[in-house]
Amino acid sequence: MSAVTTVVPAGTRMHRPRRNLVAHVFLGVLVLYFLAPIWWLFVASTKDAQGLFAGSAGAMWFDKNFNLFANIQDLFTYNGGEYVQWLGNSLLYALSGGLGATAISVLAGYGFAKYKFRGRNLTFALLLGAVMVPMTALVIPTFILMSNLKLTDTVWAVILPSLLSPFGVYLMRVYTAEAVPDELLDAARVDGAGELRTFFQVSLPLLRPALVTVLLLSVVGTWNNYFLPLAMLSTEKLYPLTVGIGLWEQLASSNNGGGHSLWSLIIVGSFISIIPLVVAFLTLQKYWQGGLSLGSLK
Amino acid sequence: MAVHGSTVTSLPHGSSNDQATPPIPPERTVRSRSEKMNARRARTGWLFIAPFGIVFVAFLLAPLAYALYLSLFTKGLATGTRFTGLENYLHAFSDPQFLKGVWFVVRFSMVLIPVQMAVSLAAALVLDHLTTRLARFSRLMIFLPYAVPAVIGALMWGFLYSPTFGPMQQVFSLFHASAPFLLSQDNVFYGLLNVVTWQWAGYYMIIIYAALQGIDPSLYEAARIDGASAWQVAFRIKVPLVSSALVLILIFALIGTLQFFSEPQILGPVANGSITPDFTPNIYAFNLAFGYAQFNYASAISFSLGIIVFIAVYVFMFATRKKGSTLS
Repeated sequence: MSAVTTVVPAGTRMHRPRRNLVAHVFLGVLVLYFLAPIWWLFVASTKDAQGLFAGSAGAMWFDKNFNLFANIQDLFTYNGGEYVQWLGNSLLYALSGGLGATAISVLAGYGFAKYKFRGRNLTFALLLGAVMVPMTALVIPTFILMSNLKLTDTVWAVILPSLLSPFGVYLMRVYTAEAVPDELLDAARVDGAGELRTFFQVSLPLLRPALVTVLLLSVVGTWNNYFLPLAMLSTEKLYPLTVGIGLWEQLASSNNGGGHSLWSLIIVGSFISIIPLVVAFLTLQKYWQGGLSLGSLK
Repeated sequence: MAVHGSTVTSLPHGSSNDQATPPIPPERTVRSRSEKMNARRARTGWLFIAPFGIVFVAFLLAPLAYALYLSLFTKGLATGTRFTGLENYLHAFSDPQFLKGVWFVVRFSMVLIPVQMAVSLAAALVLDHLTTRLARFSRLMIFLPYAVPAVIGALMWGFLYSPTFGPMQQVFSLFHASAPFLLSQDNVFYGLLNVVTWQWAGYYMIIIYAALQGIDPSLYEAARIDGASAWQVAFRIKVPLVSSALVLILIFALIGTLQFFSEPQILGPVANGSITPDFTPNIYAFNLAFGYAQFNYASAISFSLGIIVFIAVYVFMFATRKKGSTLS
């Protein structure tokens, strides 16, 4: 929060101090609003059950007991360490679903952008229509289809539907059309490189920014997904974090008296669960910041 | 529209391929070889698309077709499953619980989308204008909620709203007042509005910001020489030039809001009954399917929701495309 206090000197050095001061104050307010819940989550996860409900320093500041590590230990051992299992499941679903969706998207986007074949425009129009289909409307029918195949309540029920990413294909097509010149491909072909070799050695390196963006988007989508795994899975051991924490929340709110310790587990569990993606976004910002504008390219 | 533009820009590639053939001397062998090559290349194109095609058929077309099929049947206790045609749809569109949910998400998106757009556009314009270290830091922090799962975001705000250990009560008690419970029957609309704005405004801000960064700065120079103020530059030059990004965001927001599920589902247990099992169409369909095993009717609800979203997006795209073309 100390960064907010540097607003004033930074603003006065500018040419039009007053306007930039107003702009900086506006930004400061926005940052406070967007950070406050995350700050609260961090502070609350350092408290014991008693400090959470009757803390000495209020909800937005630390209690006298710093209990974070004890809470994490509780979290990782509660009910046979089911949280660790859920964390592993989330990683498995997000990485396999995300990597798979990205690979499929880059191949299809490249095919649409760089090859001419009959039916291309029709299939691409179909794909654009698919971007408009709400994915949650597909969850219940997919569930019934998969239950006929006896695939519900398995990891495949979560991973396979996550491979579908029409928007990823659209992004890849737009980016490929801009970033990979036809002359380069023709030159590679003249040099005798096959289509696959041209793709892997000439085109793929040029597509890296879009690749990282689509990967991040689909990993985030799968990691954050709630409706699909909630519908597909009934074995608690297979739950991802979102469904697991949702289950804890239901347990905690249905027995108000005995639920106090579970509330503090939910809070620490939520805090731990956001760390991987926050770290990924902060370290990979070079790639995704440019890539996210792809979809709106003219 | 971005969609339209991209198909247009791809045409020159195709036509340049065609034009590459005429200058070659019209020898039989050359032409047949190039024809063979074109056929092989077309096949390679299909091979590149094949994995996506399989996933597309298996997890989009098949479920859609199956939902449509299921929705035409009704399972009765005495009668078993029988074909009832459009009866489920007639039922759905006269079902007060479904219509109430649809009305809620429509109302919600009509308030949410302008609020979200205003916040993200204002933030993006300010961030585009400033180049200080604080601005760079703010950009990341405003975006951060995007990395937080909707479930966790909803839980956090549920805690912050909580009368027992949230900070709102503490702030209000400084003034000897009691805080409003933002998940009560009357306030839950605004409570959810805040959660969703918090979750998504940063993502939309980044998209607009990236589009703003792509504008040629010489345009601003020219405007300034003509005597345009910073406000005029922002609203007469910057906003119109990022309109395709704004349309993209609007479509995302519309699709996302009409299928509202995670946030109300998670806040349900702590909302003291103001979030009902028919709160949104998706929650209603979920409860019909998994609470009452009414899979046929749930499929009809899912399919109806899909159609409503599809029509809403198309109407919207049509409206914005019209407007864009008359302006330019």
